[in-house]
Amino acid sequence: MLSTLGFRTTAVLALAFAFAACNKSSPTPSDTQASSSAATQASGGNITINGAGSSFVYPLLSRWSADYQKVSPTVQINYQSVGSGAGIRQVIAHTVQFGATDGPMTDDQLKEAGAPVLHIPLVMGAIVPTYNLPELPHAIRFTSDALTHIFLGDVKTWNDPKIASANPDLKLPSTPVVVVHRSDGSGSTYIWADYLAKVSPEWKTKVGVATSLNWPVGIGGKGNEGVAGTVRQTPGAIGYVELTYALQNKLPLGEIKNAAGSFIAPTIESVTAAAAGALATLPDDLRYSITNSPGDKAWPASGTTWAIVYQNMPAGPERKSLVSFLRWTLQDGQKACAPLSYAPLPAELVEKAAAKLDLLEPAKK
Amino acid sequence: MAAVHTGSIATTPTTARRHSLQRRGPPALRGWITLDPLFRKVCAAFGLSIVSLLGFVVYELLRGSSASLARFGASFVFDRIWDPVAEKFGAATFVYGTAVTSVIALLIAVPLGIGIAIFLVEMAPRAVREVAGFLVELLAAIPSIVYGLWGLFVLAPIVRDGLAPVLRTTLGFLPLFTGPSYGLGMLTAGLILAVMVLPFIAAVSRDVLSAVPQMQREGSLALGATKWETIWHVVLPYGRAGISGAVILALGRALGETMAVTMVIGNSPQIVASLFAPGYTMSSVIANEYSEASGQLYLSSLTELGLLLFVVTFAVNGVARLLIWRMSRGAEGSRA
Repeated sequence: MLSTLGFRTTAVLALAFAFAACNKSSPTPSDTQASSSAATQASGGNITINGAGSSFVYPLLSRWSADYQKVSPTVQINYQSVGSGAGIRQVIAHTVQFGATDGPMTDDQLKEAGAPVLHIPLVMGAIVPTYNLPELPHAIRFTSDALTHIFLGDVKTWNDPKIASANPDLKLPSTPVVVVHRSDGSGSTYIWADYLAKVSPEWKTKVGVATSLNWPVGIGGKGNEGVAGTVRQTPGAIGYVELTYALQNKLPLGEIKNAAGSFIAPTIESVTAAAAGALATLPDDLRYSITNSPGDKAWPASGTTWAIVYQNMPAGPERKSLVSFLRWTLQDGQKACAPLSYAPLPAELVEKAAAKLDLLEPAKK
Repeated sequence: MAAVHTGSIATTPTTARRHSLQRRGPPALRGWITLDPLFRKVCAAFGLSIVSLLGFVVYELLRGSSASLARFGASFVFDRIWDPVAEKFGAATFVYGTAVTSVIALLIAVPLGIGIAIFLVEMAPRAVREVAGFLVELLAAIPSIVYGLWGLFVLAPIVRDGLAPVLRTTLGFLPLFTGPSYGLGMLTAGLILAVMVLPFIAAVSRDVLSAVPQMQREGSLALGATKWETIWHVVLPYGRAGISGAVILALGRALGETMAVTMVIGNSPQIVASLFAPGYTMSSVIANEYSEASGQLYLSSLTELGLLLFVVTFAVNGVARLLIWRMSRGAEGSRA
């Protein structure tokens, strides 16, 4: 008798839990709004802002989220590092209040979104070539022509004239070139392909620009660590990784000849310079591309991570908190960039980004 | 729990009386009180939940892949091009990669796993049996990302500098072992999978062989058979169905394994005869591209790959079950 009753209780409890879990997992929009306003009415209640997207910006955003907690203890920023594409999908599905993406939303995605979406630049990033050729006294210099043809598969050995001509002082071996690319869909691939497409019409027609490509040649590694690991394991390999990852892991990096004609080493400063160099040509909606930027000291394969927010986000404590958080990232938050090997936005771009936030919630005078 | 129980009886004497009345009633009513039928229903519901879950998965996969099904139809399975930029999607290269890596894995792991099981059950001293058995099972507990990293940093260089040159000089006349090896490719993926499925085959086979009645062995030995003959002609045929089950379990794991394979296969959608060449599997491409996929058709094609993987796994399992069934019938026939 005891055991049957016990069983019955357990079953009822299990069912109750199951229902509770079901209810919890799918809150309706009105539920979330009601709960959040209830939370703020109870004075000192916490406000939770949910974001999702780019994995590139994740280390910085978690740092920001922790730092911002000190500035504004009642606001909690949750960020899921699910990838830019998934972040955009979650914003469109209204499951998060903001997204973060390494590539601006496409016209199709904006159409799908149904209402205007603001793009607010958060931080700069760059993609850099890394290779495995030991015993070279200094970095290899790549022209855009050499890089394109390496990744198209036309340059088969390292002593090919396309590479050698820009490196007269290096004794390049006849080792076969092994191209390594990202196997997972990635903003890194997007920026790298975007750069190659700008400097080479052949790349544009043959391969194109996207987060995943139909690669003409090479092997795929998963994530920065997969590409870097494969390059390190394979003599003669060349791959592309995020600057942040490359600097933190002290990978050997190549220099690239930029649009102004000078060979540039990948540094945080040269990435910020890429945005500064392209300022005059930025479109109003800030859905820009700054690859192959005209600046003198600009790193050509540079990109941006944007926060994306619906412009018609309903007014309330959530919108207020989100905007103050984003405003903070553009000001104090930028100081956290360099220690984590991210490139801060140039001052002029911060102004433009802040102006976008004013559309959402006017700045306090 | 006990407090609730006594409480309910103490506060509601009428219920208690009703219970005691029913206890003396006909058997059917008594069954109600012991909750047996309810228990049966709950269990049936649990059983059915598997079926409905499966049905729901199929429904979702079909729904998700409808755009791709409508656009590409049957050509999706046979087309080799996977181009997210041009939105042209075909699954042939992934089906090929999945099949080849799984076959390599089984070719290595089946003889090895059964050999381990035979050694542990028939030959090893007790102390060795327990330690070795435990170690084999431990292999199954290693997370696949660890296998993947081990494959990338340890196994891949061994394949590139050790195994591949040897295979090229000895078996290079076969197209399977030609061309350069970068360490990452279908051979390495197959090897990793072999290590990963080995514990399934070894552990299950060991249990199956342990269950073979001692009488069978004694009878065979009494007839003058050697140890080898006893194992080959008596013990293994007796456990055939169980061992086949182990192999199917292993195949299922090999077909669906994602992370470790992604790290070492090279992720290049192509169909090349050489096993040194990089390839791609169905589960790997889904894991790689789903999170960043944009566009309805792209997502739909990835979902259709999932559907295809589901169908392939289902078909392989079905065929294997049929084989076991026929084999066990054949065994009975030969014994009769």
